[in-house]
Parts: sequence; structure tokens; C-alpha cells
Amino acid sequence: MAAQKQKITDLYASDITRGEELAYELRIHEVMTKDPFCLNPEMKMETVLSIFQENRFSGAPVTFEGELIGILSLEDLIRSLRNNDLNGSVREYMTLSPITVNANDPVVEALKTFARTNFGRLPVLDAEGHLVGIITKGDISNGLLTALQRDYHEEEVIRYRASHLFEDIVSGRTSLILRYDIRKGDFVHGGNASSKIKRALLRLGASPQLARRCGIAVYEAEMNLIIHTNHGGSLRVEIEPYKITMEAYDDGPGIIDIEKAMQTGYSTATHEIREMGFGAGMGLININRCVDEMRLISSRERGTNLYMIMYLNENNGTPAKEE
Amino acid sequence: MQLKEIISLVEGKLLTDHYDQNEKIDGAMGADLMSDVLASISPGAALLTGLCNPQVIRTAIIADIHAIIFVRGKQPEEETIDLANEENISIITTNLGMFEACGILYKAGMKSFEKQSLEDFNT
Repeated sequence: MAAQKQKITDLYASDITRGEELAYELRIHEVMTKDPFCLNPEMKMETVLSIFQENRFSGAPVTFEGELIGILSLEDLIRSLRNNDLNGSVREYMTLSPITVNANDPVVEALKTFARTNFGRLPVLDAEGHLVGIITKGDISNGLLTALQRDYHEEEVIRYRASHLFEDIVSGRTSLILRYDIRKGDFVHGGNASSKIKRALLRLGASPQLARRCGIAVYEAEMNLIIHTNHGGSLRVEIEPYKITMEAYDDGPGIIDIEKAMQTGYSTATHEIREMGFGAGMGLININRCVDEMRLISSRERGTNLYMIMYLNENNGTPAKEE
Repeated sequence: MQLKEIISLVEGKLLTDHYDQNEKIDGAMGADLMSDVLASISPGAALLTGLCNPQVIRTAIIADIHAIIFVRGKQPEEETIDLANEENISIITTNLGMFEACGILYKAGMKSFEKQSLEDFNT
């Protein structure tokens, strides 16, 4: 049980690391509220009360002749209310020479200051010491979320670029070929190539349905190479504007009886392989169900070649046929 | 059914992090053979299985499965959990057996995503 707890903590920690990474990348001026509303030291607390109420402020910097001299928080306002002293001035209730942060520092500096001081907001100064903004924990959360959104957007850009590949490159016959070597008995990486192929298809603009069908077919073929071959084999995927050809080939031992291999539930897999969840005798049947055309050529001398072909039409969401 | 409901129904424990507990799971299936999973499942499903290796996650990636429930208290290795985290697939472990876990979810209204026979395949 203790080990289990450890695992989650590690994963949780790795999550924090991404946030910290951003906290170091982002600068305070990128997330702060610029040109904040400033109070005058001679203002009455009564005026502050209506300003805070109207604008839902929970604090504001106090400036005199453009220079920061203090900060007034909701707590200070409450203090004046307690004293029944709404006629008192900002000067009497504000906190003098508040702790500030620099606009060019990474966001993590502001986080550290928040943790150290327990303040809700910090005035932000530029290199010359002039007030340029104010930062709250809320600003930081928003800034981090925007940055994460940007990360996501970058993935979208990659996808967009990839999906225009076939339009941008003009030739008599353009195709993209992906190749993967699959090792015999390599269950640890089993399915890895198929996941990559599926992701590539999605980036190229394939619909989720098409990517899934191709993924299932090529996954079954990949597992067959791992389970049934003498020395492993290769996967080759050729993507063209009008079709996707997936090919799995190996150098033996070959399928003795193709008709039997195509029967539901027939498998030559060993007990150990079935224990791992394979060898259900469904592989070739699954493939046949997923692709538009399947061809299986096998001989003892040459090994096995399996061709899986998908024909693309307008509705399949393929790159070259979009628009 | 929401992921958090599933977890509480099977008295399960979530092993992956950052998941959306309001995420909707549309249906489920139980299987130990990966080809059966690929033959039968629809996207957005939960998979109940007694098999506990990285191939289960890879199968889930291929089949667009959103959550995996390991029955009989199976504890996946760290690399399996890592892979699931990378792919945003939630892993839940429960001490219940396969029959009981499936039964509880089915009774609670979870739809079955299993296809009953090969004839269904072409539909």
C-alpha cells in the first residue's frame, strides 16, 4: 500500500514540474494586471469603500505624484469600519512601503513572495522603480492557463501544417511512407508502432474513425509480427491522397493453412501468449473487418506479406481531399 | 456515467493522475483477450480486465478507450501507469472480481459495448 502511495506522489510531482516550468518561463509583466487603479493618500476611506464596492476590488496601490508609496487592502478598509472612521484618510490606514516584485522577474518570484508574506496582491515595478501593474494569485492562475492553452494551440499548428502537406507539395504522385521494424517477442514495445501510426494519421487530418480503423488493423498486424515470426518483421505505411496502404512483412515461418488462419478463434499461439491476452484467433478477422481490402500472401520460403488497404473518400477527412 | 460514479460503485482506486472526474463514460465491456476488445468496443468506453500489462494501455489507445478498470486487485507496474498518464487514460483498480464489477456497473445502468456475435461485426 505504501508503495502505491509513493507512485501517485511521484506522478503528482511530475505534474507540478510542468507548472513550475511555466512559472519559470513566464515573466511577471506577462500575467500582471496593467495600469491598476491607484488611490490617493488624501482620499477618505468612505470614497475607498464605494470604489472597492463598485469595482469589486480587494485592494489597490496608493501613489503620490506617480510614485508608489503604499498599498491599501480590504482588511485596512475593515479596520477603518471597525473604528467607525470612514472619514479617516487612506494615508492613515495604508501599509507603507509595501513589498514589490519586478516586472521582468519570472512568475515564480511572485509565487515565492506570496508564500513568504501571505499578501494577496503585490505591486509590480519596472526597472526604474515605477509602478506598472499589480499581481494577484488569480492573475498567475490565469497566466498559467493561458500558457497551457498556447501549448495546446502549438499542437494544433503542427496538425494544421501536417494536414496541408499534400497540398503544399506538388508532384505526379505524392506519398508519405512510414517504416517500423518490429522485433520478435518484443511484447514490452508491442503496439508502440501502431500508436505512432495512429497519431501520425490524426495529425495528417484523418478522422478519428479512420485513424481508429487503421490503428486496430496495424496493431493486430504488429502483434502478429511479435508473436508468430521467426525474426520479427517490418511495418510499412504508405499514405497517399486517395488511399492508405499498410503492409506487414516477415521472412517466415509462413502461414501453413491460410484458410484455417482466417477462421474465427483459430490460433497457433502458445499458452504463455494467451496468458498475456493475445492469441484469441481474432487478429486477421479484426483486420479484415477494419480495412477496405486485405491481401495475405504467405509461403514457407518467403514468409508472409499482409497488405491492408483503406480507400479514402471525401468523408474520411483525408488531407489532400479537404476543401 | 461519470468516472467518479464508476469509481465509487466498484469501490475502486484511481491510479493515474489529472483526470476529469466528471468525464462521461458511454459504456463498458469486460475482456481479457485484446483482440476481443478490438473486435467489440466502441470509442469512449471503459474496459474491465484482469489482464495487467502495457499492452492493455496500447490497446486502449488504439481503440479510444477512456478508462481501464483492473479487477481482482491487480496492480499494474509503474511503466503501465506512466503510459496511461501520457495518453490521458484513467486507470482504476478494484478488489472486486470481473463478474461482480461488471454486474454492479450493468445494474447501475452502464451500457454494454460488447457485440454479441460475429454477425454484429459488419453492422
